[in-house]
Amino acid sequence: MRTLTLEEAVTKIPDGASLMIGGFMGVGTPERIVDELVRQGKRELTVIANDTAAPGVGIGKLVSAGALRKAIVSHIGTNLETQQRMIGGKMEVELVPQGTLIERIRAGGFGLGGILTPTGVGTVVETGKQKLTVNGKEFLLEIALRADFALVGAFLADYLGNLTYALTGRNFNPVIATAADTVIVAAEHIVPVGVIAPDHVMTPAPLVDYLITNT
Amino acid sequence: MDAQTIIARRIALELREGMLVNLGIGIPTLVANHVPEGVRVFFQSENGLMGTGPAPEEGMQHRLLTDAGGRPVTALPGACTFDSAMSFGLIRGGHVDMTVLGALQVDAQGRLANWMIPGKMVPGMGGAMDLVTGARRVVVAMQHTAKGKPKIVTRCTLPLTSVRPVSLVVTEMAVISFADGAATLIETAPDVSVEQVLAATEAELRVPSRVTQMQL
Repeated sequence: MRTLTLEEAVTKIPDGASLMIGGFMGVGTPERIVDELVRQGKRELTVIANDTAAPGVGIGKLVSAGALRKAIVSHIGTNLETQQRMIGGKMEVELVPQGTLIERIRAGGFGLGGILTPTGVGTVVETGKQKLTVNGKEFLLEIALRADFALVGAFLADYLGNLTYALTGRNFNPVIATAADTVIVAAEHIVPVGVIAPDHVMTPAPLVDYLITNT
Repeated sequence: MDAQTIIARRIALELREGMLVNLGIGIPTLVANHVPEGVRVFFQSENGLMGTGPAPEEGMQHRLLTDAGGRPVTALPGACTFDSAMSFGLIRGGHVDMTVLGALQVDAQGRLANWMIPGKMVPGMGGAMDLVTGARRVVVAMQHTAKGKPKIVTRCTLPLTSVRPVSLVVTEMAVISFADGAATLIETAPDVSVEQVLAATEAELRVPSRVTQMQL
C-alpha cells in the first residue's frame, strides 16, 4: 500500500477506464474521488456501482459532467438525468438486479467465473444468458465482473491500509475492494495500526493499493 | 381512513413475532407505523441494515445511516449492519420472512410487474427481482386501480419482476390471496362490496362463499 494525494491518485485513472465505485444512493461513496474525477475532466468511463444516486450527489456528479460512457447499475430511478441520457443515446446503461450485481462483483474478486442465481429467470433479464437446471431448479448463469479500478469509501483506514466501514456506508465497498486491478481508498479517518482490532477489519490491507492522504 | 392507511394497517396484521421483514419504498414503508402492539419484528433495509428504526429526531441524523431510499433512519438495539453481498444473501437465501412491495400490475397467477414501463419509465429493478424471487412471503401493497384502470389484470402487459407468484395483494378495496395459485378474494375493506371489487378487477377472481371484512 502506498499513500498518494487525491490529485496523484486520480491522475492514475485514464480516460476510458472501468471503475467500480462504492456507495448506495451516494451513502458510502468516496465523494472526494468523484469530485476530483470531475475536476480532472475524465471521459468515457465505465462505472459499475449500485446506482447513479441523484444529480449533485456521488456518481450523479459524473453523470452530469458527461464523464460516463456506460453504467452497469441496478437502479437509476433517483436520477432522471441518467434516464434522459440513456434514452437520448448519450450513455449506455446496463441494468442488473442488485443481488446479481453484487454477486457478479464478488465472483470477480473471489476467482469465480460467475454465479448461478434464480433471480431473473423468466424475465427480460434472462435474455441471452445460459440457463442451467440444478437439482430440478432453474438458474441463470451470471458471469463475473471486474474493473480496472475500485474507488472505495472507508470510515477508518490504519497506516497499513486495513479498513472498516460505518453503518450503511459499507454496502458495495468491501466487495469491490476485491474485484479491481487497482484499489484506491478514501477514508474518513486514518488511524494508527492497532486502532482497528483484528476482528473488526473488514478489508485486509493487502487488498489496498493506494490510500489517499487526508488534509 | 385514507387508502394508504387501510393498506398499511391491513398488511401490518400479517406481521408475526420475530419476523425479518423488508419494506419497499412508498406505501410499504408505512407498514412500519402500524406494527401490532407486543409484536417485535426486525426490518431489513437492503442497503445493509437489520433493525431499522424510525426517522431520527431533527438534528440527530447520521450521514451514514439511511434506509434503501437514502432517508435518515435510526438503528434499534440489537441492530446490525452488513455489506450488499450479505444483504442479498439474506434476501435470496430465504432468510427474509416477508417482503412488502408496490406493484404496477399483478396478474391472475399472482405474477408481479413493478420495475419498468417501456418507453416511459425505466427506474431499474434495484433489489425487487431478488426480493420477489427469494423472500419467504411476498406481499403487494398497492392501490386497486390506477387512473381508473384495474391493476390486477389477466396477464401482465409490463415486464415481469419474477415468475414466482406473490402470496398476497392488499389494496384499499380488498385482500386477494394467491396461496393456492389462483386469485382468491378473501377480504373486502369496510363499506366495499364484493361486486365493487370485481368491477375494479380485470383478472378473474375466485369468490368463496364467505368473504370477510378487513379487521382494521
